[in-house]
Amino acid sequence: MDSVNKTVEPEAEGETLLQGLPASPGICIGKAYLVHQGGVTVVKKYFIHESKLEAEKNRFKTAVKKSSDELRQIIRDTPEEFQEHADILKTHVMLLNDKMLYNKSIDTIESDRVNAEWALRKVVSHLKPVFMNMSDGYFRDRWYDIANVSDRIMRNLSGEAPVDIRNIDKRVILVAQDLSPAETSQIHLERVKGFVTDLGGIASHTGIIARSLQIPAVLGLETATRRIKNDDLLIVDGFKGQVLINPTEENLIRYEEQRGRFEIRIARMSRGAQAPAETLDGMKIRVMGNIELPEEVVSVRDHGGDGIGLYRTEFQYMSGNRFPTEFELYDKYRDVVEVMAPKPVVIRTLDINGDKAVSYTLQSEEANPAMGLRAIRYCLKKPEIFKTQLRAILRAAVHGNVRLLIPMISSYEEVLATKQIFRETADALESDGIPCNRNIDIGIMVEVPSTVILADIIAREVDFFSIGTNDLIQYSMAIDRQNRQVAHLFDPLHPAILRMVKRVSDVAKETGIGLAMCGEMAGQPINIPILLGLGIEEMSMNPRSIPLIKQSIRALSVQETRDFIGEALAQSTAADVRRVLEAAYGCKLSDNCYTE
Amino acid sequence: MSKDVTIVNDLGLHARSAARIAQAAGKAASRVWILRGDEMVDAKSTIDVLTLACGKGTTITVKIDHKADAPILERIVEMVEDGFGEQNG
Repeated sequence: MDSVNKTVEPEAEGETLLQGLPASPGICIGKAYLVHQGGVTVVKKYFIHESKLEAEKNRFKTAVKKSSDELRQIIRDTPEEFQEHADILKTHVMLLNDKMLYNKSIDTIESDRVNAEWALRKVVSHLKPVFMNMSDGYFRDRWYDIANVSDRIMRNLSGEAPVDIRNIDKRVILVAQDLSPAETSQIHLERVKGFVTDLGGIASHTGIIARSLQIPAVLGLETATRRIKNDDLLIVDGFKGQVLINPTEENLIRYEEQRGRFEIRIARMSRGAQAPAETLDGMKIRVMGNIELPEEVVSVRDHGGDGIGLYRTEFQYMSGNRFPTEFELYDKYRDVVEVMAPKPVVIRTLDINGDKAVSYTLQSEEANPAMGLRAIRYCLKKPEIFKTQLRAILRAAVHGNVRLLIPMISSYEEVLATKQIFRETADALESDGIPCNRNIDIGIMVEVPSTVILADIIAREVDFFSIGTNDLIQYSMAIDRQNRQVAHLFDPLHPAILRMVKRVSDVAKETGIGLAMCGEMAGQPINIPILLGLGIEEMSMNPRSIPLIKQSIRALSVQETRDFIGEALAQSTAADVRRVLEAAYGCKLSDNCYTE
Repeated sequence: MSKDVTIVNDLGLHARSAARIAQAAGKAASRVWILRGDEMVDAKSTIDVLTLACGKGTTITVKIDHKADAPILERIVEMVEDGFGEQNG
C-alpha cells in the first residue's frame, strides 16, 4: 500500500495533488467535509483526586481495549485480498499498547494527576515534533499512524459518538479515514458529491457503493484526512484517482468542463427512473432490483426500484473463513430491510454449498456441482447452518417488509421440510423472547423443471413463485453456460422456456399466489412484451437496468401483449419467436426510442 | 552484550518491521536497546524504534542488558538480516 501513495509537494498557489486509487469514475468539485473529526480536537484538562487515580487509569485502559477490539473486528472483516490494509491495522493494534503511548499515558495520569484525555494528549504532543522533524518522508508520515491510533483512543475515552452522517446538510465531498457500510448506508446521497478516504481499495465497500451510486471516489490516499482541512476546495478525479486540494483557477475550469460532459451522460440515463412503471392501459408493474451486497440497496432505490426482488445472501459466506454469525447476518439484513421499507425485500437463502465457500475449496469434488449438494439441499442437510440464517431473517423481518425465498426446490417434500424448519426456528425465537416476525411470505425459486411440472401441487404450500430464468434454462435445456461449445444455445426466447413460464404463470393465477421473475431475461427491454403477455407483473433485475425497463413498460399496453403472446407461443423455434417479436415491437423498444 | 547489523530491506525499519522488533523484544526479561550513532531507543516500543528513522543501509546496534535475553538478541538480528522476510525490488 505504501508504494501506490505518492504525494506531490505543494505547487504554485498552494495546489496540492494527492494520488490514490480510482474507485469510482466521475469528477466533482466542492468543499471538503471531514467525517470523523468532530469533538476530538477540544480536550479538557482536569485534576484527579488521588483516590480516583486507579479508576482514571482503568478508564484509559478500557478505552484502549475498546479501540483494540474495534481494530481487531475490522481486521477480521477484511477479506484476504486486502491483506495489506489489514497489516496496517495490525500495526495500529501494536501501537495501541506501545510503551511510549500506553505506559507513558498511564504514568502521566499518575504523575500529573490529570484526566486520561489530557495525559494522552500530552504524550502524543511530545511525540509529534520528533516525527515531524524527520527528513525522510516515509518516517515522517508514521506520525499519522500514531495520530490515528490516539484519535481512536480519544474517541473511546470521550464516548463521543462519531459524527452522524445523516445530519450533513450541505453538498460536500466526504473525507474520511474509512466509511463503514453502516455509515455509507445512512448518507443522504443528494448531499454527497464525492468520497475521499485514507483506507480502502477499489473493491472495498465504499468503492462498491460509490460505483453503484455513480458518485466519484478516490480511495486509499492514506493521508487525506491529515492533509485536507474542513471546507478546503477539492477536485476529485475518479477517473485518474487524483484529489486536488485548493486547485488553481486553470484546473478548476478544465475540470468543470469535464464534469459537465460526464453529468449530462448520467442524467440522460436515469431520467424518469423514479416514476412508476405503468403501462399505456394503466397497469402498474413492480420493477425491482437484484442485489448481492447490502450497500447496493441504495443503488436500487436511486434507480427507482420498487423493492429488492432478489437479495443473494452468499457473499457473507464467501468473504470470511468461517460461517457468519446470526448477529452478523441479522445486522446486514436489517440494514437492507430498513433502507427499503416499506417496499419489499425478498431474501433468498443460501444458494451454494456453504462448506465449500467457507473452506475456500476451489476445486469441486463433485463432478457436476450445478446438480450437486447446494442451495436448499445443502441447507436441509445442515439444519444448524440453515437455522442460523433463518433466525437472522426472522429477526430482520421486524424492521420492514421481508419475504423469504428458497432456492433450487425440486420436489414437494423439500418445501414441507423447509417449512418445518422455519416453524421450529420461529418457535425457538419466540420461546426465547427474541423479537421476530414469522408472518412473512414464503416463496420458492422456480428454476428446476420438475418444479414447473409440479407447480400446481407445490403452490398449495407457498405464497409465491419467483422464476429464475438463468438456471431454469440451464436445467431445462441441458446447457452449461460456462461451456463455450454450447453457450450459444442458451436462449430465453426458446419456445420451451416460454411455455414453462406460461405454465407457472397460469398456476399462480389459478391458485392466487404471487409471481415474479428475477432472471436476466427480465433485464432486456425486448423481452418485456413477452413477460407482460405471460402475466408477469413483478420483475427484478440488475439495478442499472431498472430505468430502461420502466421506460419500456410505459411504451406498452398489457392488453396488446396478451393478444400477441398467442402468436409467440405458437412458434417452433427461438428464431421464429424473435422474428415475430421484432416485427411487433422492434421499433417500439429499439434503443433509439430512449435517446431523447 | 550487543551486536551490529545492517538493514537490508527497502523500506528500512518502517512501521511493520519496527512493530516486529518491538514484539520480539517484548518477550525479553530485561531491557533491549537499539542504537544508531549516539541515539539509543527502547526496542520494546514500536514508536521509539520508528523515531530512529532507519532507512535501508543503516547500521544499527542491538543491545541487551542481561545475557539471559541472548536468544532474543539473536532473533532480532536474524529478522533484520533477513529483511523481515520482505521482497525487495
